[in-house]
Amino acid sequence: MIATWDEGLSRRLKALACTAPLHDLDARKVRLEWCDGNAYQMAEIALQAIDQVTIAMDFDRGADHDDVVKRLLPFVAAQAPHCDGGEHAQVARWVLDNLINVGSTDRGFRALYGTFGVTGEYERRVWDFRLLVELVSLDGDIYLRASDEAINVLVGALDTDVESAQIAAEVKLENLIKRGRLSDAQLAAQQARYRTVQYAETLRRKLEATRRDVRSVDWEGEVPDLIDDALTHIEDRYRYENAILTNITQTRDEAEDPARKRKAAELVGIVTDCIRRHTQLQARLQDAGRTFRFEQDRQQFSGHAQRAVVDLFGHLLVPTLELPVAKAIRPVAVFFSGAAGLMPPRLPRLTRLIEQLLQPPLDRNHLLDEVPEPELAPLPDPEVFTDEQWHQASELLELHEMPRRLSGLLADARLLDPDLPWLIALLALHAVSPEVGVTMRHGNDQVLLAVDDGTSLHDPEFGGSDLLVGVARLGAAESSGFTADDALRGEAVA
Amino acid sequence: MNEPVSMEDVVAGARLLAFGLRPKQIPSRDVDYADLVKRAVEDAVFRELTDAIAEGLGLTVLAISARTGMVLGPTEESVFEQKLDDYARRAMSGERRDLERVLHGVAHIAIGALAFPRPDDLANETYVGRVSVEQVDTVVREACLMLATRAAEAEETGDPLDDAPELERVWRVYSRRPEATLTKDGRLASSTTRGVVSKALKFLADQGFLVKMSDTDGGTYRTTPRYQVQVRELAAGRAFAELLALNVVTVTDPSGSLHVVPAADGRTSDV
Repeated sequence: MIATWDEGLSRRLKALACTAPLHDLDARKVRLEWCDGNAYQMAEIALQAIDQVTIAMDFDRGADHDDVVKRLLPFVAAQAPHCDGGEHAQVARWVLDNLINVGSTDRGFRALYGTFGVTGEYERRVWDFRLLVELVSLDGDIYLRASDEAINVLVGALDTDVESAQIAAEVKLENLIKRGRLSDAQLAAQQARYRTVQYAETLRRKLEATRRDVRSVDWEGEVPDLIDDALTHIEDRYRYENAILTNITQTRDEAEDPARKRKAAELVGIVTDCIRRHTQLQARLQDAGRTFRFEQDRQQFSGHAQRAVVDLFGHLLVPTLELPVAKAIRPVAVFFSGAAGLMPPRLPRLTRLIEQLLQPPLDRNHLLDEVPEPELAPLPDPEVFTDEQWHQASELLELHEMPRRLSGLLADARLLDPDLPWLIALLALHAVSPEVGVTMRHGNDQVLLAVDDGTSLHDPEFGGSDLLVGVARLGAAESSGFTADDALRGEAVA
Repeated sequence: MNEPVSMEDVVAGARLLAFGLRPKQIPSRDVDYADLVKRAVEDAVFRELTDAIAEGLGLTVLAISARTGMVLGPTEESVFEQKLDDYARRAMSGERRDLERVLHGVAHIAIGALAFPRPDDLANETYVGRVSVEQVDTVVREACLMLATRAAEAEETGDPLDDAPELERVWRVYSRRPEATLTKDGRLASSTTRGVVSKALKFLADQGFLVKMSDTDGGTYRTTPRYQVQVRELAAGRAFAELLALNVVTVTDPSGSLHVVPAADGRTSDV
C-alpha cells in the first residue's frame, strides 16, 4: 500500500515551490531585451528584495515600492558596475514586479503537488502562494509586506514555531559570539530580527481584529497569553541583546583585522535595530489592553432584537463563503438580482443619436486594469518538412544491407516528392558526423552514417561529394574500450 | 372593491410605477409622486390596481410609503431584472468567469451584511447603515480567515484539486485575490477585492440605494430606505431560500452573528 500520505512531504513540496519563482527569474533573464540578463544574479537580487521588505515591515505598514527599488540599487550595481544606473533601476523593478507577479489577476504563484485521497488514489492539488503582498495603508497608499511563505523561506525555518525558533536563534547567537564567528553571528542576529517582526505581526493582526470586533479575538486566554509571552520575550531579548552588544562592541574595538572590525560594526547596528524594535513592540503591548477596553465600550452598545429577519452575515455571507465556487454561484446571483434593483430597458432616441455617437468614451478613471507588459519568448521555428516527408525520408534511409550513394538516394527521393531531396541531403550531411553519444543514451543501437570517399556528386540541384550513406550498428559500444570512431570506420568500410 | 376601474386610475397606477422605475426620484421632491404614493397608501383599491399592473409587467411592489417611495423588485426572468452575468462581464481573457461572478456577488452580500450588521438593523425602519470599501473588504477577509482557521482545525486538506477547480471554496478564492495592487498610474485595479467592492458600492449608489458621503476608507456611503427594503423584502429571502435548497442551514442567535464571530459561530453545518 503506497497510500501513506505524509503531510511532511506536501509541506516540503510547498517549501520547495516557494523557491521556484526565484529560479524562474534566472531562467528568464536571458530573454530580457533591454539588458544583458546574464550580468545579473536575479535570484540573489530577489532574496535581497524580500529581505528589504521584511526589514521595513513594522506595525503599521511595510515598504514602499520605490523605497525597495532604491535600497536594491547598490546590490544590483555591484553585480554589473559597467552598466548605467537606469538599467540597474529597471532590473530592480523587474525583479520586484516578478516577486509580486504583476500581470496575473491574483498576483501570486501556484504550484501543483500530489496527495493521496481517502480511497488511496493519487490526487493533484493546487497550492497558491505569494511572496510579496500589496496592501493598502490607512491613508490609502499601497505598500508591500513579505508573506509568511516568503519569511519562512527566507529565514529557512520552515515549519517551526515562532518561539522555539527564536530561542534557537538566540542560543546560536550566543555560542557564535563566544566562539568569535562573527559572520554567522550576524546571520543569527538577522534571523532574530525577523522573528521579532513575526511576533509583532501576530499582535498587529489581533489588535486589528479587535478593532473590528472585540469578540472575534479571545481576550480571555489567547491574547493575555500572547502579551505575557511577548513581554517575557522582550525582557529576555533585552538581557541577551545588551550582553551581545557589550560583547561585540568589545570585539569591534579590539579587532585588528579591518574586515572583522567592519563585521562587528554591522552587528552592532543590527542589534541596535533589534532593541529599537523591541521598544516599539513593548509600547504596542502596553497599549493593547487599552485598545481592548476602548473597543469593548464602543462595541458593546446594542439594542434589543426587534423582529426576526435574515441575519445577513451569519445566514448568508459566511455560509456562502464556505460553499464551493460552483455551488455558490446560484445564491450570490439571486442575491444580486434582488439587491441590485431594476434595470429599465433603455430605448435609443433618434434625437440624441448623433450626440451619443460623438460623445468621447467614458474615462473609467477609477477602475482600470493595468496593461501587462508581455515578456516575449521566441516562437519555435516553423516546420519546413511535413510529417509525410519525414516518414518517406526515414523509409528511404533504412539501409540495412548495403550503403548507398547519395546521388541514388536523391534520385529516388525526387520521384516521391520534389522537396524530399533537400531533406535527404540535409540528413546525409548530418550523418557525416552523427551524435553517437546521444544516440546511445537514447538506447538506439544503430546510427545513420555518411562517409566521403572522394567521388564528386552529379546532381541537377546539389553539388559536392557523393557521400556513401549507410547504417552503423552500435552494439559493440557496450564494451567500454571500443570508441565510436572505431565503429564508424568499421561499418563505413563494410 | 367592486367599483368599476376607470382609465384614469390605470394611468395613475402606471405613473406611480414609472416613478418607482426612476431610482433616484423620491416623493418628498416631487408633489405629483407624493400625491400618488399617498393615494396608494390610503386607497386599497388603487393599491391593488397598481400591484396588478406591476405583476403584469414582471415587477413586485416591495413597499410604498412616503419615506421610501415606490420600491419595486423584479420577478424572476423579468425584463427589468439585472443579471450578475452582465454586471460581472468585464472579466479579462484567460480568467475564470465563474470566479469573477462569485467575487462580485459576494461583494454585494457583504455590503448588505455590513450596512445592516444586526438583524434588528434590517428590521428597524429608521436605521441608516454606513459602509466603506475598506470596512467591507476587511470584514470579508476576517470571515475568510475565520473559515481558514476552522478548516485548519478540522484538518481539511484545503488546497483545491487540479482537475476540479470549481470545487474550491469561495473563501479561498477571496483571500487569494489581492486587496489592492499598485498600477502604473495609481488607480485602483478593478480585479482586486477592493476594486470589486468599490464597483459594487458605486453601482448601488447609481441605483439610488446608497448615498456617497466621503472618500475616506476608499469611499464611505450611507444607505437609503429603498436599499433596506430591497435587501429585506427580496434579496435576503431569495438567497436564503437558495441556501436552504442546497441544504445549508445556519442557526444564529437573534442578536446577529457579525458580533459573535469566530469561536461561538461554529454552528454552521451542512445537513
